[in-house]
Amino acid sequence: MSGSQLSRALAIAEKDIRIYYLKGPVLIYGILFPMFLFLAFFLGRGMSVDFLISGLISMTLFFTATAVSPVILPWEGSMRTLERLISAPVSIPAILLGDALASFIFGIIISTVPIAFGLVVGVRVFSPVVLVAAILLSAFCASYLGMLFSTPPTNVPSNIMMITNLVKFPLVFISGVFIPIEQMPPWGRTISLFSPLTYMTDLMRYSIQGNSYHPILLDFAAIAIFTVIFMALAMFIHIRNMPKRL
Amino acid sequence: MGKFMNAIVVEDLTKRFGNFTAVDHVNFTVEQGELFGFLGPNGAGKTTTVRMITGLIKPDAGRASIMGHDVEKDGLNAKQVTGVLPETSNAYIDLSAWQNLMLMGKLYGLEKMERQSRAEDLLKRFDLYEKKDVAVKGFSKGMKQRLQICMALISEPQVLIMDEPTSGLDVQSSRLIRSMVADLNTKGVTFLLTTHNMEEANQLCSRIAIINKGKVVAIDRPEVLKRRIESLHSVEVSFNKDVPQGDLSALQGIESVEKMGDKFRLYAEEPARAISTLVDYTRSKKVEIVSLATISPTLEDVFVAYTEGR
Ligand SMILES: Nc1ncnc2c1ncn2[C@@H]1O[C@H](COP(=O)(O)OP(=O)(O)OP(=O)(O)O)[C@@H](O)[C@H]1O
Ligand SMILES: [Mg+2]
Repeated sequence: MSGSQLSRALAIAEKDIRIYYLKGPVLIYGILFPMFLFLAFFLGRGMSVDFLISGLISMTLFFTATAVSPVILPWEGSMRTLERLISAPVSIPAILLGDALASFIFGIIISTVPIAFGLVVGVRVFSPVVLVAAILLSAFCASYLGMLFSTPPTNVPSNIMMITNLVKFPLVFISGVFIPIEQMPPWGRTISLFSPLTYMTDLMRYSIQGNSYHPILLDFAAIAIFTVIFMALAMFIHIRNMPKRL
Repeated sequence: MGKFMNAIVVEDLTKRFGNFTAVDHVNFTVEQGELFGFLGPNGAGKTTTVRMITGLIKPDAGRASIMGHDVEKDGLNAKQVTGVLPETSNAYIDLSAWQNLMLMGKLYGLEKMERQSRAEDLLKRFDLYEKKDVAVKGFSKGMKQRLQICMALISEPQVLIMDEPTSGLDVQSSRLIRSMVADLNTKGVTFLLTTHNMEEANQLCSRIAIINKGKVVAIDRPEVLKRRIESLHSVEVSFNKDVPQGDLSALQGIESVEKMGDKFRLYAEEPARAISTLVDYTRSKKVEIVSLATISPTLEDVFVAYTEGR
């Protein structure tokens, strides 16, 4: 992507943050929802706080980075602002990058909430470098997964929300967030390999507890591969479906 | 590619929705500096054509280019030189007028100073400056439309494509927009605009295409088009009291009569003879003629003639 398209993508990200992310309900949903889910599953299960917090971080990041990005394009299609955007000299990959960047920034900002919470309850970070790298890469990956969710050519945001949640929720249960991968049955471990959240959670574990299920380089590589696949698919399908949205 | 390059070239542009052909092998060219009108009844395919030219939807056949840039193969460059006012688009209602303009400026790659000074000028010109920091949510329809025009103009495009720029606006706003169009056109900006307002098309356009059921049925200068249908002369007359329409249509040499408010429009092959029989009639009935005018065909007559399956 050329430099000029890149700066146009930034303008789109800025617009998204202004419109979609700085709204109270979105912020609250992004923070409260993973917290509730988390509390509901963990109260009284006797897991270590380190385990809990690392799962909470990856889940919060995953949920917030995929919270708004899937509905931006359907929403803009139905509000008829998309027509304006597409008439401007900005490519579809640049629009997707802009939307993904907004979601990336949002995910990163919100992930500081469970981290701060962890620090308050006495969790120590084993590797800050891995933690930061993992958050950046995971947020980027999840943002493009969000863009992939929005590819069906419907302009009804709630339809996309439904599809998104149908995928997101099961992922939480097969990715070692609630149950450590080690304790899963063999078929569960196999399925977990197909969830990007598995590798995100594994990296958070490493960052905080100092040990991980997979080698961390494999975790990073897996997330990078997922990111490339999500980006490529999102671009390909959005370019094909865009006219159906207008 | 010199000075005389065509600004917009449309060749055999075709769009089907299912097995319905909305735009059927449409051809036209718009020269640089021209103000080209695109007229047609509802559903004729104007917006669909415009959307293909502006790269929103893909044609099923044919091609279009803007300033030499193919809209499909070289879409970003075609868009870069074009300002667009889509028929049904909206500005971002959660952003202010200013923020909307800044966004558009950035999407066209304008420098900050340029963006800001142009936005300021445009907002002042379109009487929105006072409200520049108000969220567009709170704008009236006319204000929103004016803002969208500012958004189309911020890049100072060489080519402006506007789909019904004045529809639904009050007299002042429409005039403001028409004078902006005429003004930019004299500065060399090329226009393609669709409208349902015949008077507007007549005043503004140097050339017109009439499209009906997806096909271009006429392209020419408005006056040439009018001359082409001149067999249809008419006389407009009003009287000091009521006259039965049947009496008038029974007069010799008058082919049909239309009542228009307190006036009648009489169609005749030879208007001079029609007037003399009309005068004889009023004398015999002791009715006075209040006003009388021969009417040459208007653009509206041209439009009706070409779109009512002649
Ligand atoms: N996305 C679409 N799907 C199916 N049919 C469509 C679609 N868009 C337009 N059409 C059909 O194509 C035809 C042309 O529509 P278009 O909007 O181009 O007309 P128009 O000339 O702009 O009319 P108006 O003066 O009402 O704006 C109409 O019959 C319309 O129903
Ligand atoms: Mg239309």
